[in-house]
Amino acid sequence: MAENDNTVRYKLNVGKIYEGFVIDHIHAGLGMKLYKDLGLNKLDCSVAIITNASSKKMGRKDMIKVECPIDQFDMDTIGFMDHTATVDVIKDGKIIDKPKISLPKTVKNIIRCRNPRCITSIEQGLDHIFVLTDPEKEVYRCKYCETRYGEQ
Amino acid sequence: MRHLMTPLDLSVEELEKLMDMAEKIKADPEKYSHVCDGKIIATLFYEPSTRTRLSFEAAMLHLGGKTMGFHSADSSSATKGESVADTIRIISCFADIAAMRHPKEGAPMVAAEHSTIPVINAGDGGHQHPTQTLTDMMTIRALKGHFNGMTIGLCGDLKFGRTVHSLIRALLRYDDVKFIMISPEELKIPDYIRDEIKKKGAEYKEITKLEDAMEKLDILYMTRVQKERFFNEEDYVRLKDYYILDMKKMELAKDDMIVLHPLPRVNEIAVEVDNDPRAKYFEQVQYGMYIRMALICMLLNIEIR
Repeated sequence: MAENDNTVRYKLNVGKIYEGFVIDHIHAGLGMKLYKDLGLNKLDCSVAIITNASSKKMGRKDMIKVECPIDQFDMDTIGFMDHTATVDVIKDGKIIDKPKISLPKTVKNIIRCRNPRCITSIEQGLDHIFVLTDPEKEVYRCKYCETRYGEQ
Repeated sequence: MRHLMTPLDLSVEELEKLMDMAEKIKADPEKYSHVCDGKIIATLFYEPSTRTRLSFEAAMLHLGGKTMGFHSADSSSATKGESVADTIRIISCFADIAAMRHPKEGAPMVAAEHSTIPVINAGDGGHQHPTQTLTDMMTIRALKGHFNGMTIGLCGDLKFGRTVHSLIRALLRYDDVKFIMISPEELKIPDYIRDEIKKKGAEYKEITKLEDAMEKLDILYMTRVQKERFFNEEDYVRLKDYYILDMKKMELAKDDMIVLHPLPRVNEIAVEVDNDPRAKYFEQVQYGMYIRMALICMLLNIEIR
C-alpha cells in the first residue's frame, strides 16, 4: 500500500513535446540501455528518461521522450531491445503515427559477437550482424559464425 | 554468380545433379580433361591442410585449369595485417574461382561478400566444411545407393568437428535418417545443430560408448579430436584417444556397414581396420576430388554432359 501512496505522492510529469518520439512501455530497467544503444546521448536535442514509472499494465515501466526532427529513428534497435515497447511519433504536438514494433529480422552493430573464433573478432571494419533464427524463442545468431547471442 | 558457404546453399535437386555430374566425370575423366582450359583456381589456405587443398588443386588440374595460392597465413599478406576483404578483392583480379580455408569462423562469407569470383568455403574454424560434406554425401550415395532410412553413427569430436555439423544438416533434408551421436560429454554437438535435428523431427540418440551403437549402424562416421581447436592442452590429451575403432568393435557391426572418416586419422581407427572391406575412407578421398571437379564446373557455369 505504501508503494501506491508513494506513486500518488511522487507522480512525475514531463511536459508535452511538439516534435519527436515517445517510447513507452519499456520494461523497467531497460530505458538507460536503450538510450545509449539508440545513440540518444549523441543527439543535440532534449531527451527525457523516466524510469520506474508506475504502469497499470506492467507494474513498473521506463519511458523515453525525445524532442527531435522526425526524420530517422532506429526501430530495429527498439524492437531488438524490447519489442513490447510502443512508439508514438509526434508532430505539431499530435500523434501522427504509431509504428509497429517487432523483433527485427537482423540487427546490425547493436550487439557484438563474443566468439573468439569468429571472423568479426579480427576483421577490421566488419559489421556485427545478428540474424533472428528462432522468432518464438527470440534467438539471434551471428551471421558469420552462427553463435547464439548470449551464448559466449 | 554463386558461392558455396554451407551444404545448404545447394538445394536437394542441385546436390543430386552435382553428384550426377561427379559420377559422369568419374566414369570418363578424359572427356572432361580440358573443360577448364585457361581457368585458374586460387587456393587461399590460412591454415595447414594437405587433403583439401591438394584435392581442389588436383580437381582443377584434371579439368585442364591451373592453380595458384598460399598454404599458410605466414605466406600470405595476412601477416602484414591485410583483411580478408582486401585479399579477396586482389585475388579476384587474378583467378576465376577461389577456395578459402581460414581458422576464423565466417571468414569465407566475408570473402564472398567482397568477391567478384565464386568463393568456396574450404573450412572455416570449427564451423562449416561444405565440400567435405559433398564428398561424404557422394560416397554414401555411391556405396549405399540412397540416404533415406539410413542410421548413421557420428563418433568423436562432435563439438568442434565441422564436418559432422555440415553432414548432419545435409542429411536432415532426406527422409527418416537416424543419427546416433557418440562422443564424450565435453565434445557433444553444439545446441544449434541439436535444435535443427529436433526441429526436423529426426530420430537421434546421444551416447558415450561406441560399442553400444555398432550393430545398429549403416554408416559409421569417425572423426579426429582436433588439437588445433583446443585452448587447453590438458583437455586435448585427456580426450584424444577416447575412441579407437578396432577389429573387435568392427565384429559387432553389420556386414554392409561402411566406415567413413574425413581424414587425417590419428589413433581413432586402428590400422588393422584398413584391410576390412567395410573401411571406405580412402575411397572417400577419391570421391572428394570428383565432387570438387563437378563443383568447380558448376560454379564456373561449365556444363557437364
